[in-house]
Amino acid sequence: MPILIDELRAFVTENFLFGRTDDFLTDDASFLENGIIDSTGLLELIGFVERTYAIRLGDEELVPDNLDSLQKLANFVSRKLAGGASGSASAYGSLAASDAEPIGVRA
Amino acid sequence: MSTPVAAPPDILRIDPALETDRIVDHIRRTVFTELKRKGAVVGVSGGIDSSVVAYLCARALGKNRVLALFTPETDSSPDSLRLGRMVALALDIRSVVEDISPILKGARSYERRDDSVREVVPEYRAGYKCKIVLPNLVDADRYSLFSVVVQSPDGEIHKVRMSATASLGVVAATNCKQRVRKLMEYYYADLLQYAVAGTPNRLEYDLGFFVKNGDGSADLKPIAHLYKSQVFQLAAWLGVPAEIQERLPTTDTYSLEQSQEEFYFSLPLEKMDLCLYGRNNGVSPSDLAPVAGLSPEQIERVYGIIDSRRKAARYLHAAPVLVEEV
Repeated sequence: MPILIDELRAFVTENFLFGRTDDFLTDDASFLENGIIDSTGLLELIGFVERTYAIRLGDEELVPDNLDSLQKLANFVSRKLAGGASGSASAYGSLAASDAEPIGVRA
Repeated sequence: MSTPVAAPPDILRIDPALETDRIVDHIRRTVFTELKRKGAVVGVSGGIDSSVVAYLCARALGKNRVLALFTPETDSSPDSLRLGRMVALALDIRSVVEDISPILKGARSYERRDDSVREVVPEYRAGYKCKIVLPNLVDADRYSLFSVVVQSPDGEIHKVRMSATASLGVVAATNCKQRVRKLMEYYYADLLQYAVAGTPNRLEYDLGFFVKNGDGSADLKPIAHLYKSQVFQLAAWLGVPAEIQERLPTTDTYSLEQSQEEFYFSLPLEKMDLCLYGRNNGVSPSDLAPVAGLSPEQIERVYGIIDSRRKAARYLHAAPVLVEEV
């Protein structure tokens, strides 16, 4: 787990704090409440996690309980890697048409 | 401490005659005295906000000093131009149609947008339609993450979560539309020595539902202090055509019809109005709940959305930053 948190911290520090090592980026600091990551940043973070750990995050998993701090994210990724989180771990693939959610057909 | 709340019509009710007089006086002073311009250009989209601004400008400046500019492009609904013309005809003001599709094609706006959509939907091609949407943010703690909805030529519809690069690419490419519209508005403003009247309402202005240096740019914004339901009250009083008053507010930006609710506000506009009023006036979620027809938990989430949108809007509102005051 410490290695995972350090990897996530390095990504967040480089991409959202532009290399600043601010004290407030503690393991439990909320990304949103502290203004560290906005919604576009969250998409970058999701892409990083999916690529780096070869897992696919389902829409239903994209909630603050799973993603809103280094600790929550590390816990979530660990569960996914162990096959324990909702939506089993799978090889990363782009969100191609086969992954798309059909929502209806024009009347 | 909670604040008592009146019924919805009372909270946001205005005296449309008095408010019209106030705004008309403001427009006249701003355009003629402060800006020293000879009239106003209004980009008229066929929606209620720009129609109301056109009506107000015509009252303030005279019908011969207002130009209605229509800027349709490939993805525009034909209704937009038809309803815009209805406004110009009713007011007897001059109007010009500038099809901005060639400029957007020259800037490769459509091509860049489609390339970005293909990042997440590889089969997307000519004949497909698309829009981007947000999830329901009110009923559960969710992130405000865009998905793209695509419709194939045979009518099949799919929704796919955007990647960061696809999301940024689609938004950057489609923002060209609002910026080109503003370019044309200022062309006519320069040509006629007019001011450009912007058309955001309070929800849009306060929560950042506009494109920086696009529809966010203007010389005056005469309805930016009005909640959407107050704009409707003015529209009714001013006599804006009923079809425009009844039209669903859309972004008119994507090839699939996209409501403002699914793109940005997450709630029907009348409820968003009430929540913004509640946030602005310190109304507790439990007091607002029966008025807005939402649960206190839902209102708590909407208050969070408002705070978050305002934070993001700071960049949009910010003037260029100088090293020192000049």
